[in-house]
Formats: sequence, C-alpha cells, structure tokens
Amino acid sequence: MWSSRTKNVFHLKFTIKGEIMKTLLKLSSLLIVGVLSVEADEFTKKDLALWKAEYQTVVKQGRKVFTNPKLGTNTVTCNECHPNATNTHPETYPKFQKQLGKVATMAEMINWCIANPLEGKKMRLDDPRMIALIAYITEERRGVKLDPGKH
Amino acid sequence: MKRREFLKTSGIVTAGSILPMSLIEVAFADNADGTKSDENFTFAVISDAHLQQIKGTKFVRNWDMGLKRAVAECNMMNPKPDFVLFGGDLGQLGKAAEIDHGAEILSALRSPVKMMLGEHDYYLDLGEHWMNRFGDPYYSFDHKGVHIVVLNSILVDEKWINKWKDPMERMQTMAGLDDPNGSPFMVGLKQREWLKKDLEKVSKDTPLIVFSHSPLQKIYKGWNFWTDDAELVQDILKPFKKVNVIYAHVHQVQYNKIGNIAFNSVMSTAWPWPYPKTYAKEPSYVPKLTVEMNRADPFFERDGTGWQMINVHTGRVDMNFILPHNQNRIVAYNEKTGRPEDVEFQNKERIPPQIHY
Repeated sequence: MWSSRTKNVFHLKFTIKGEIMKTLLKLSSLLIVGVLSVEADEFTKKDLALWKAEYQTVVKQGRKVFTNPKLGTNTVTCNECHPNATNTHPETYPKFQKQLGKVATMAEMINWCIANPLEGKKMRLDDPRMIALIAYITEERRGVKLDPGKH
Repeated sequence: MKRREFLKTSGIVTAGSILPMSLIEVAFADNADGTKSDENFTFAVISDAHLQQIKGTKFVRNWDMGLKRAVAECNMMNPKPDFVLFGGDLGQLGKAAEIDHGAEILSALRSPVKMMLGEHDYYLDLGEHWMNRFGDPYYSFDHKGVHIVVLNSILVDEKWINKWKDPMERMQTMAGLDDPNGSPFMVGLKQREWLKKDLEKVSKDTPLIVFSHSPLQKIYKGWNFWTDDAELVQDILKPFKKVNVIYAHVHQVQYNKIGNIAFNSVMSTAWPWPYPKTYAKEPSYVPKLTVEMNRADPFFERDGTGWQMINVHTGRVDMNFILPHNQNRIVAYNEKTGRPEDVEFQNKERIPPQIHY
C-alpha cells in the first residue's frame, strides 16, 4: 500500500513533470515557430523594394564589369561582341560545350571569354565580379524561357 | 582543322590556285541577255577592322589578324578588283596610332584603295587625323559607266558633340554600340544638298552605287543600325532606275529592297554582331528578305567575320561574301524578282547555325 502510494506519488510526480516538460516544449516550439513565422510570412513591401534594389545594384555593377577595358589585359570589353549581352544565351546553361568536352555553366563560359578574346585571368566562380556579370547578363535576357542544353 | 579550313589557309600561303577558283566564274558575269559587257567589273569591300591599340606598339592581335587576312586574300583575287573600298571603323577609339596602323596594313593592297569614314574614326578628333590621311569624308566618282558615291552617314547634332567633358569620353561613349548615351546617326542637310547637286548631272539611267557606313534604312535605333534621315536620302535616290546601297557598321549579312533601291551590308574583319532581334527587350526591323548569316562559334576566332568581292553587271551588284570558317555566301541581284537573294539559301529551310535567338 505504502509502497504503491509512493509509487503513485512518484508516478504522479513523474506525470506532472512530464506534462510540464511537454507543455514547456510545446510552448517553446510555439515560440520558435511564432518567431519564424513573423520573419517568413510577414516581409513587407519595403523589404521587397530593398531586396530588388540590392539586386539592381549588382546588375549595374555587372554592366560596369561588362564594359570595363581592364577586365582582361588587351582593353577588349565584353560588350564589343555582345551588345546588351546578346548572344550570351544565359537561358541555355548548363549545356554541353563541344570544345570544353563537358556540360558547362555560364560562369565557365564567361571565364573562357575572359581568358581568350580578353586575354585575361580566369576568375573564381564566387568572385563578386563574376556574380555581377551573371546578374547583368541574365537581367538583359529577362522574360526568355529557360531552355537548358539548347544550342 | 577541317579540310575546308585547311584549303583556305593553305591558299593564303601558296598564293593562288585554290582560293580564287569560285570567284573567277562570277567575276566575269555576262549581261542578262547573254552578251559580254565591257562595263562589268569587280571591286572589293573590306570593312570594320576596329584596330585597337593596347599600348605603344601593341594592338589587339585578333582584330589585326582579321584585317591582314582580308588584305592577303584580296591580293590573291584573279582578276584583281578594280578598286578596294574600306568601309569605315579602321580604328576602335579614333586614335592617330590606330588609323596609321590601319593605313600601314591597307598599304599592302595591290588595288587602288578608296576610304569611307566610320564613327570609330571620327568622334575623338572629329575626323581630323583621318581626313589628313585619306581626304574628304564624302565624294563621288565614275567607274565604267557607274556613278559611285561615298557618304559620311555617321554625323550627329552639334549639341551632342559638345556635351562631353573631353574628346575621349565622347569617343568612348560612341564606341559602345549599346551605350544608351550615344546618338542616332544622320547624313545631314549639308550633305543631302551636296548629293542632290552631285546627282543633277547624272542621267537617270546611269546605275548608282552609294556607300554609307550606317544603313541607309532603319533597322534598330539602339545600336545605330539606323540613319535618322534615311528616308530623305532614299528620296534623292528614288528617281534613278538602278540604285545599289552598300553599307557597313552592322558586322553581319543584311539585304533588302525598297523600290528601286537594293540594299546590301558587308561583314567586319574583326568580330560579328548578333542580329538585333536577339535583344529580347526591344523591337527591331531586320529586313524579312535577309537570310541570316551563321551564328558565330566563339571558339573559332575568325568565325562570323569576312570581307566581300562584288561584281557589277547590268548595273546591279552581286555580293560574294568571303567567310573564313563559314561556307562562302553569294547574295546576287535576281533580275526576275527584282531583289537581292541568297543564291543557295533564299528559299531553303534554314540550317541550325543560321537561326539566331
């Protein structure tokens, strides 16, 4: 009896402890979800404008890189052959490039252009100038349907 | 190296028998009625070399090679062209060093050379050095019964010319084909008046060949594939029975017909340009008649570049495009349809490389 009461008390205590823990867990997870949901679901028009502006800043930087005679070593600029980034076909990457012997991304083709017609040094793929170039080239091609692999 | 390519390249070295073969037969074209004409002749157009000085004696190798190759090939033509017209944009930034470097390379030509001005030769010093070297930027002459006019079509209004902090800023702005701060080209009132006067003494039956750097038709304003007063110039040419306009600047094959005027463009020796319709954001008007040149493969340096031998018969021009790395093309005037047409591809299904997007 005593022992069973004690057992029950223990059980009760255990149960109470468990409930509290569960509630605390629920509460805390609710809190976490609550905090997250504020951030993920409630970004404002101001945020959208800000992010767009950030993107457009990089697009503008990209145009500067695209027309910069110092990108390579021979003063040739990207827009000499690609006015308004035409004939760069960002929507067709990744695609098989016969001369590279593999499926390549646009960044690799940009590096090919820098190394050959511009006689310059290839960039790291996460070089801010590379990201800016991709932003500008893709922006000029806005609205064209994705068609990876196309030649 | 492809076999065709090898033949072409070795043709340069062995100077002779291989390369000019296909051109000999078209060079002596007969009249439409089968009789030989003394007034048939051939000339060549080499254009848009864009020689670009890096520093001192260093120039961009790729562009140098394009012009040198055209000069070497042109010298091998048999029969020799009666004259070679250089279509403008000898330099890239109008520098005296670039123009002199170009004059030196062109000096190897074994035919008389006529020069036309392009915007890249002009907007640094407003053509001063170019004119000292080559003379008037617009003029006319007669050749074997054809009246030939060379125009300066790359003028813009005074306000634009004077708005820059220095001449190099002006030149660099105009040199960027897609620079939104450029300005549309025109022939201008003074030259149109001169043209009217020049043509007064010419019979309306005399065939005309008119050279201009920019197209004397409106194709795409954003890249100056455009002359602002094109219609006014066309009006002056309209009363003549056979008018042929040959223009440079566009670095691609274009041809068209407006009334009695047949239009043909020429290639660049330096690099090709995409057709304006490939700029998806803006509308453009490439003539429907034009069968596009092949999309250039960037891995072949001379692909999509070239120069042209042109034979004139019965007052009309046939364009023979000499295209390293591409099959040569002939755009000839078709007497039956009354328009220039590609002799091989006009009515055929397009091959994949001809589709620009």
